[in-house]
Amino acid sequence: MREKILAIIEKDSRISIRDLSVRLGEDELQVANELKAMEEEGVICGYHTMIDWEKTSIEKVTALIEVRITPTRGQGFDNLAERIYKYPEVTSVYLISGGFDLLITLEGRSLKEVSSFVSHKLSTMEGVLSTATHFILKKYKDHGTILDRKFEDHRELITP
Amino acid sequence: MRNPLSDKVIGIKPSGIRKFFDIAAEMDDVISLGVGEPDFDTPWHIRDEGIWSLEKGRTFYTSNSGLIELRREIVNYMKRSQGLDYDPKKQVIITVGGSEGIDIALRAMINPGDEVIIPQPSYVSYEPCAILADAKPVIIELKAENEFRLTAEELRAAITEKTKILILPFPNNPTGAIMEKKDLEAIVPILIENDIYVISDEIYGELTYKDKHVSIATLPGMQERTILINGFSKAYAMTGWRLGYACGPENIITQMVKIHQFAIMCAPTTSQYAAVEALKNGDEDVALMRDSYNQRRRFLMNAFREMGLSCFEPFGAFYVFPCIREFGMSSDDFAMKLLEEEKLAVVPGNAFGDCGDGFIRISYAYSIEKLKTAMDKLGEFISRRR
Repeated sequence: MREKILAIIEKDSRISIRDLSVRLGEDELQVANELKAMEEEGVICGYHTMIDWEKTSIEKVTALIEVRITPTRGQGFDNLAERIYKYPEVTSVYLISGGFDLLITLEGRSLKEVSSFVSHKLSTMEGVLSTATHFILKKYKDHGTILDRKFEDHRELITP
Repeated sequence: MRNPLSDKVIGIKPSGIRKFFDIAAEMDDVISLGVGEPDFDTPWHIRDEGIWSLEKGRTFYTSNSGLIELRREIVNYMKRSQGLDYDPKKQVIITVGGSEGIDIALRAMINPGDEVIIPQPSYVSYEPCAILADAKPVIIELKAENEFRLTAEELRAAITEKTKILILPFPNNPTGAIMEKKDLEAIVPILIENDIYVISDEIYGELTYKDKHVSIATLPGMQERTILINGFSKAYAMTGWRLGYACGPENIITQMVKIHQFAIMCAPTTSQYAAVEALKNGDEDVALMRDSYNQRRRFLMNAFREMGLSCFEPFGAFYVFPCIREFGMSSDDFAMKLLEEEKLAVVPGNAFGDCGDGFIRISYAYSIEKLKTAMDKLGEFISRRR
C-alpha cells in the first residue's frame, strides 16, 4: 500500500486521507496510520508546493553549481556537504558521480547575490577545489511537471 | 432521377450519439463525460517511433496483412498475455482499428440469412456491420442483475439452427462488465455443441480491475472457432492512429485479408511502426494508465454510493453504467435535462441498444478533478429530483 500512497501524494500532497482511501480502495484508518508511520520514519520528509516564480513579481535567481572538493579523512564528502547545506540559500546538495563531486542548487534574489555567495563563501571554504556556476534561464519542466502547459482536451465531446 | 441509395443502408438507423453530440456541441462550457477514448496522450516513446519512421522515409504501403515485424510482436504479446499460439504469417491481420476487424470478420464469414448473436448494451457498430454483411442480428438483452454478463441460459435461448456467430463484447463498452473465466466456461459447451463461431472484441482487454482478462480463445476447443479482435486504441491511448488487429484460424484470416486488401490495402504504415514500439516497450505505460483508471473508477463508485445512485460495480474498460430508472425518465430525457440544467454531458444508455434505456454511460477517461466537478453537478441534479 505504501508504494501506491506515495505515488499519489508525490503528485498531490494536498489530497485528503478520505479521498486517498477511496482512490486506493483501502480502509481510511489504515491509510492514515500508514501516512503517519511514513512521516515518523522519515520516508515522507515534507509537503511542498511547486511554484512558478516567473509568474510572480518576486525576483528569484536559481543557479546550479558544480563543486570539486577534497574528501576529508574518515568523513569523506559528508563534512563539507554539511557545511554547505547549512546555508539557507542552498536549496539542494547532491553528491554526484563523474567529473565533479557536489551539485548544489542555490537560490538568490539577484545574480549579484548568487555570485557573491560563490566567491565569498563557497570557493573560500577549506577543501573546495573549484566551482562552476550555471544560472538557470528558464524552467521547462520541474519535478515531473511541465510548467507552461495549458491543459486542453482535444477529444470530441461525445464519442461511442 | 432514380433513387441513388441502397435500401440496406437506408434501413440502418444512425447512431443515437450523433444527435446528442450536435446539441452538446452548440453549448458553451459543457463538461463532458461522454468520451469513449483515453484522456492520456500516446506515450512519448511510441509517438517518437512513429516520427522516426517518417524521418527514415517509411512512407510506403506495407504488406496487406501488415508489417511482419508487428505481426510477430502481436504473436509474442498473445503468448505472454494469454498463452495463445498464433502463426504470424497466416493467423494475424493488422486492421484499421478494431472496428475494421469486426466488419471484415463478419463479411468473411456470413452468408445471407445467417444469424449473428449480439449481446447488448454494447458497442454501436456490431448490429449495423452484421446487417451490412447480410446477416440477421439476434439481440440478447443483458441484465443489470447479472452485472451485464452473458449467461448460458440467455445464450441458449437465442440460438436457432441459423446461428453462426456470437459477438462477445467484453470487457464491455458501455457497461464496464467483464466475463471472468467461470462465466466463459459456462457458455463454451453451448457454443461448441451448436458449432458457433465467436468474434471476441477484446479491445479493452488490458483494462480490467479484478483478475487479468481471460480470452475465450484460451478455453479448450475455442481457439479454432474464435476471431480475437484487439488493437492499440484503448490500452496504449492510440485512438487516432487507427490500428487494430485480428487473430484467428487461417481459413478465416485468409478471407479477411482478401476483403482488407481490396477495401483498405493496408493499415497506416506510420501507426504500424509506432505499434511495434508499443508492444515491445509499452507494458509499463499500460500498467500506469490502468492504475489511474482504477483510482477514478473507485472514486466514481464512491460518489454514486454517497448520492445513493444505484450502479453495479464494473471491473473493466473505463465506463460505469448507473441506473436512472428511479427518476421516472427515459435515458434520453435524463441525459438531455442533465445537459440543459447542469451542462454535463453523458451518453444515454439506449444509444447502445434498446435495453440500455434506464441507464447512462459515464466515462472515467477524465482527470479526478474533472470527475469531481462533474459528480457535484450530477449530485445537484439528482437531489433536485428526489
